[in-house]
Amino acid sequence: MSTTNTPELDIKTDIGDFVYPEKHKYDAGIGLSEDTINYMCEVKDEPDWIREFRMKALQTFRAKPLPTNWASKDLEAIDFDKIRYYLAGDQKPSRSWDEVPDDVKATFERLGIPENERKFLAGVEAQFDSEAAYSNIKEIAAKQGVIFVGSTEGLKEHPEIFRKWFGKVIPTGDNKFSALNSAVFSGGSFIYVPPGVKVSHPLQAYFRINAQNFGQFERTLIIADEGSEVTYMEGCTAPKFDTATLHSAVVELVALKGAKIQYITVQNWSDNVFNLVTKRGLAEEDAEIRWIDCNIGSRLTMKYPGVILKGRRARGEVLSIALANDGQHQDTGAKMIHAADETSSNIISKSISVGQGRATYRGLVNMPKHLKGCKNNTECDALLINTNSRTDTYPAITTRGDHNSVQHEASVSKVSADQIFYMQQRGMTEGQAMSLAVNGFINDLAQHFPMEYSVELKRLIDLEMEGSVG
Amino acid sequence: MNTNTLSRTKELNIASQEAFDAHLASRVDLPQWWLDLKKEHWQRFQELPPPHRKDENWRFASLGGLDLDGYSFSETRPEESTADSFVDQSDQIRNRSGRIVFANDHLIRNDAIASELAELGVIWMPIEQAVREHGDLLRRHFMAQPIKLGSEKFSALHGAFCSAGTFLHVPKGVEIEAPLVASHWTASDGVAVFPHTLLIADEQSKVTLVDYFSAQNSSARNYICGVNDLYAGPGAKVTYISAQDWGRQSLAFHLNSTQAFKDAFITSLNVNTGGRQARTESHSQVMGEGAHTEMQSLTVATGKQEFDQRTLQTHFKGHSVSDLLYKNALFDDSRTIFSGLIKVEEDAQQTDAYQTNRNLLLSTSAEANALPGLEILANDVKCSHGATSGQIDDNQLYYLKARGISDKVAKELLVFGFFEDVLGKLKNEEIAENLRTVIREHVSRIP
Repeated sequence: MSTTNTPELDIKTDIGDFVYPEKHKYDAGIGLSEDTINYMCEVKDEPDWIREFRMKALQTFRAKPLPTNWASKDLEAIDFDKIRYYLAGDQKPSRSWDEVPDDVKATFERLGIPENERKFLAGVEAQFDSEAAYSNIKEIAAKQGVIFVGSTEGLKEHPEIFRKWFGKVIPTGDNKFSALNSAVFSGGSFIYVPPGVKVSHPLQAYFRINAQNFGQFERTLIIADEGSEVTYMEGCTAPKFDTATLHSAVVELVALKGAKIQYITVQNWSDNVFNLVTKRGLAEEDAEIRWIDCNIGSRLTMKYPGVILKGRRARGEVLSIALANDGQHQDTGAKMIHAADETSSNIISKSISVGQGRATYRGLVNMPKHLKGCKNNTECDALLINTNSRTDTYPAITTRGDHNSVQHEASVSKVSADQIFYMQQRGMTEGQAMSLAVNGFINDLAQHFPMEYSVELKRLIDLEMEGSVG
Repeated sequence: MNTNTLSRTKELNIASQEAFDAHLASRVDLPQWWLDLKKEHWQRFQELPPPHRKDENWRFASLGGLDLDGYSFSETRPEESTADSFVDQSDQIRNRSGRIVFANDHLIRNDAIASELAELGVIWMPIEQAVREHGDLLRRHFMAQPIKLGSEKFSALHGAFCSAGTFLHVPKGVEIEAPLVASHWTASDGVAVFPHTLLIADEQSKVTLVDYFSAQNSSARNYICGVNDLYAGPGAKVTYISAQDWGRQSLAFHLNSTQAFKDAFITSLNVNTGGRQARTESHSQVMGEGAHTEMQSLTVATGKQEFDQRTLQTHFKGHSVSDLLYKNALFDDSRTIFSGLIKVEEDAQQTDAYQTNRNLLLSTSAEANALPGLEILANDVKCSHGATSGQIDDNQLYYLKARGISDKVAKELLVFGFFEDVLGKLKNEEIAENLRTVIREHVSRIP
């Protein structure tokens, strides 16, 4: 048996830990009640329909049980009465880089984005706690008529577009956490791309949590009008705290006829964060929605990006990478709801379980009977590093209709001892060899990431894997 | 059937205390431990809750048709002429080592094994005879394996009413070439039957057992809750085959558990064609290193049939293989649910576990659900699962039609081909040919 045991990886978990002192202007206190919502609405000066929407969502949240009949019992560890539901920074959303406070800049510095690289970013919407810290749209994008603002700003300044799509892709009652988000959402992005506009540079936002016991409830809504194209990037990293924090975002994408949306996430919350996110896109005729989702951090992530393929020939895609280390459970997956003829969907999921980490894939593919010519392809590969690592796969596939086809494939494997031995022969340490093997495992997916993200991803994997020996 | 039994049938609903009391009263001459065991199961049946919508083990399943009203246990033996006709029809496999036939859970034929086999210590007999004659061995193994796939309540009902079925014990080193055949029939509408199969194959033994499940007519309405447990000791080779063709208005459960010890080899194949709603639960447990289990299933789903297949492959020990292949051909408005899980326990390193579900949709209103799952707690494993659902390949159909074969026949040929990769691998050609006939009859019945 000794040959089958991989040595315990001694990973330095303090890498990436950093905390900056914060000052909060608005604080709704701890716990959730009608008062919290009233307070938020007043501070944010929101219209009455939003207040009603929030109040209704609160009722739904209270009525819905935790989904522990199928999900992790770890959810019961969330104490909803000990969470701060709203907190805003001192600063108003700012437009230019100079206006951004120095400590926020320092955080970005630590995240590893060099200043000169930022110039290439079309616009940066960085969220510092609940309120947008700064939002900067490059001139060209603005000239093209692209709206890229915080969701609060979006609902105030562009109510005619915002209200039409808000909560339409993910209804409040979709699940307990989408209801929670609907009740207390703040922050997040609102993007509208006019017909035919192809946004040449990815729009980017960074999120951070930096207050104890404080949950973030971003609400992002992206609308790509007919024939337009946009890529949105979301990345996050958070310092480590002693008590659990909750992150429950809702992201809705709407791709109108022929539009393309690509949504990229690199998630690296600290391992005390519950990251319970609902993400779904609606693809009209000939439209394409692609989720690229990379989960490295958090204590428990539950995230199943979905696409409703509503129009003919619509395409949906989820490319997912998950890395679960000690004490982590990455419960990720995808949902593909085929609702029109000749729609196609593709799911590729790769997970890596290290130490006692647990990676879970959950998938749902549905093809109803009135449809024809729909296709789905699903591939899930899991890599297990240590003897006590764990992986699960739970897909659910329903197929009916005429000339619809579905294929699902999953495999589980470990890094072969031969590979490690080969690399060690060439002077690499075991940690480096393992890191290279893991990077090789996800390489074909990482290629789909924009350059800076795949570099960041590689760096994150190196960080996770490297302290493994000595 | 006389009017007296008819009226009794209506009164004693299978889930009622009166029905159980009457059943127990008719068996007071059996050993006390057996009666106590029945009471325990009955108690458990009453305590356990019915399946719930939120239960993952029942995801996608129809819960509306699970009512036990209108089914009753038959305390009277079918008439002689009916019984004779069932025995005549239970002749699918001619080259056999033994045959036992039941109708409505009453023993109607017992063709004992050859005396040479009996001298070697082989035991093959109806379960109630085994209760009397081999109490200790039966007691150790009877329903001793865990039921984990959702039908705990129905399994308890089986335990309470079980009276028909076969008990097979093959001692160390004994190899039986020709298969043993058990045949279960339902003889009248509304009857509930509880067929049981218990197979214990000791070290280095070898045996094939075939179960046929049939109805008096194709539209029969019955409740069936069968349990079959297989034990393959170290190095034993066990082949288990079942062909299920219950009536089209029947509700059927077949709960199967197997344990494969060191270096054992178990092949099981279920062919399913009958029932209104038929649920199979198969739990394969790898108990020893070097064990190899194969689980196969072929289903022809037609009309409004629902086939609900739940499987679990548990690897407690490593250096072992389990391989599952479930193939469903779906016609008309039929539905299938395949829900499988491979579970590799922490110490079961060097496990190879595979799970494949193939659904061939031959109608636009048929529905195939697949839930192929993996739970892997060891790292040095090779595990994969695959699920596909699709239609007949247009090119293949075109090729056949271009050679003058009609659309209907071409489709039939492609369906037979779909099943042939499993049937073609059966070592016993007589069994394979009979199963081909079963499938052919069902497929060609479709307009």
